[in-house]
Amino acid sequence: MNVADTMNAPLHLWLIPLLPFAGFLFNGILGRGMPKWLVTTFALLAPLGAFLAVVWAAWGAWPGPAAYGFPYIETCSHPWIDIGAVHVDFSFVLDQLSLVMLLVVTGVGFLIHAYSVGYMKHEEGYARYFSYLNLFLFFMTVLVLAGNALLMFVGWEGVGLASYLLIGFYFQKTSAANAGKKAFIVNRIGDFGFLIGMFLLIANFGTLTFSEIAAKLAYPGWQGGVVTVIALCLLLGAAGKSAQLPLYIWLPDAMEGPTPVSALIHAATMVTAGVYMIARTHVLFDHSPFALGVVAVVGAATALFAATIGLVQNDIKRVLAYSTISQLGYMFLGCGVAAYSAAIFHLMTHAFFKALLFLAAGSVIHAIGGEQDLRKMGGLWKKLPVTFAVTTVGVLAIAGFFPFAGFYSKDAILYAAFVQGGGGRVLWFVGLVTALLTSFYMFRLWYLAFLGKPRDPDAHPHESPLSMLAPLVILALLSIGGGWIGIERSAGWINMERFSDYLAPVLGTKAADAGTAQLELILSALAVAVAALGWLIAYLFYREKSELPVRSAAALPGGYKLLANKYYVDEFYGATVVKPLLAISTYFLGWVVDTGLLGGAAWLLGGIATFAGALLQRWQSGNIRSYAAWLAAGAAAVLIFLVVPWPAVLAGLSAIHLGGAGH
Amino acid sequence: MNSSLAQDVPLSWYLLLSALLFTLGVVGFLIKRNLITVFMSIELMLNAVNLSFVTFAHEWHAVKGQIFVFFVMMVAAAEAAVGLAIIIAVFRARATLAVDRIDLMKL
Repeated sequence: MNVADTMNAPLHLWLIPLLPFAGFLFNGILGRGMPKWLVTTFALLAPLGAFLAVVWAAWGAWPGPAAYGFPYIETCSHPWIDIGAVHVDFSFVLDQLSLVMLLVVTGVGFLIHAYSVGYMKHEEGYARYFSYLNLFLFFMTVLVLAGNALLMFVGWEGVGLASYLLIGFYFQKTSAANAGKKAFIVNRIGDFGFLIGMFLLIANFGTLTFSEIAAKLAYPGWQGGVVTVIALCLLLGAAGKSAQLPLYIWLPDAMEGPTPVSALIHAATMVTAGVYMIARTHVLFDHSPFALGVVAVVGAATALFAATIGLVQNDIKRVLAYSTISQLGYMFLGCGVAAYSAAIFHLMTHAFFKALLFLAAGSVIHAIGGEQDLRKMGGLWKKLPVTFAVTTVGVLAIAGFFPFAGFYSKDAILYAAFVQGGGGRVLWFVGLVTALLTSFYMFRLWYLAFLGKPRDPDAHPHESPLSMLAPLVILALLSIGGGWIGIERSAGWINMERFSDYLAPVLGTKAADAGTAQLELILSALAVAVAALGWLIAYLFYREKSELPVRSAAALPGGYKLLANKYYVDEFYGATVVKPLLAISTYFLGWVVDTGLLGGAAWLLGGIATFAGALLQRWQSGNIRSYAAWLAAGAAAVLIFLVVPWPAVLAGLSAIHLGGAGH
Repeated sequence: MNSSLAQDVPLSWYLLLSALLFTLGVVGFLIKRNLITVFMSIELMLNAVNLSFVTFAHEWHAVKGQIFVFFVMMVAAAEAAVGLAIIIAVFRARATLAVDRIDLMKL
């Protein structure tokens, strides 16, 4: 499509990012002095308007006689950047993939905005909070809608900024400020990969537009080599944003932010941007089996790694944070076995149930006055019945019980890994073990927080207000039914592929696999059995024989310590990266370069100026007659210069000189 | 206009006289301490320039120079009025007219 099509553009994609941006401007600039109800109104209208704009766009694109074909391109600036041979348009692209993402981002985003109204009611900086949240939504929608890598990068950096601002929302707390910085810096490492990837794309393809890259890759000859390098660079970017090994370390610390932020940015939407980016650029990965394999291995390793750490965490939000990393690993695993639609499917269901779990955790924390330690909770089900019910749904969904949402998406990924055969079987097994661990630590959280006896006699928990419970209930319903959209009855047998069929125009149709319906059924049953096993172990550990956790920790002191200290990865990075960098910064950059070179140069220049000034100062005596004398002398000099016929004089002088030499 | 005296005296004499008067004015400005003398030196310089103006105007039959002389005289008259008023005010305030001692504005 071209510019002409935007003339009668009826979908108004530009509204989707612009509405949250307007909310950001209003609350960011004027919000401080405004009454709370006005701030709330604008803060909620912005995401709601964006969501309705997405629904409007989805409606316009609904199959029918008047439907607009996908991909629907809306170019706001043509060209946006035009340097040499590189043309970049400011264009939004709506297709099946971005539509699904947009519905998740704005829908879940709106729910979490609504929840925040109740959660943040008594907090300082109410308007600041909502302006950041709206800003995040603006950048996230830009990221999703972007038709080229550069515009995506704008959104990519923007969500990083919003994430930084919101992690450090309680900036008076040193730990929160440090966590914000950590998230930003670690993300920069990933962004470096993204940037290099973009440069390589320009150098090799001359374009950053996704559709043009795909078109150029369709020519034969593009296989491996530079495509692998580009794909690995993009993977580095995705690993930074989506908290994969080895750049996952910022996400657990990001829990310093307000809980709804953890739900929206650090669970449901922003951290899935890496998965979205890989799906968006999947043609590159499709042309590089090696890069694809790396994606799968990174994903599986992260899934298992984070799940093991999650086993022993005692902070309710940290358990969920490691669970998020682990689930993101699943998505990467899905991408890595070229089951992009399964990864996006899991992204969507994960957005539902992880947002639900985080918000429910927020509700618990809110109810018991800010306590986050699982060991001090217990017996909350009686006091917080709604929160308990929705958490149960969330736990069942993430553990992958039939027929909750997580079952379908997780199953799709594991199935795709299994039928790949060879190394895929290993990845499948890792995924299965992770599913066991996931089920265990989620039910551990469930038992510790809600069942048993209250461990803190001073706590007087109270159920959260309706504005917080309503989003929870909606998300719970989505966590139950969100997976059903992939089911379709056709030809007498249940077709589980509707979701991937829908995304096929963007993500490509998978080659027919070797699997059969029976195999799929067996694998599903196995996954559910593993989840049930995890539940059983958690039941034994935390309900039946409560001395078991202590005894098993004592039986394996080394292993427990390793997990409790998160494999000492932070310490390792501290010793190998942070300390040397700090030393170089302090001694070389700080002392030699800054104090020595730059400071010395500045001192030298200053000294020269001072010295010259001291000399010239004598001239400025303040005596009016000396000024007049200089003026007269200057006038006389000019007069002499103008009046004296210099050529003749010089000629005469040289004639005398030559004449003297001649004699 | 075409008086015999003006025709008899060569142009260079007028200019020499003008230069002489101007130099006298400059020297007077530079070496005299009394404010009134300094002031008179300035007037002398102005009048020296006026003399050059009329000389050239006469020589080249250009009336512009003569008009300019009127401007200069007018400005000089105004300047004399303001300047003398300042000198009187300074003398009343400081009881001196020595330029070197009127230096309150100096850093």
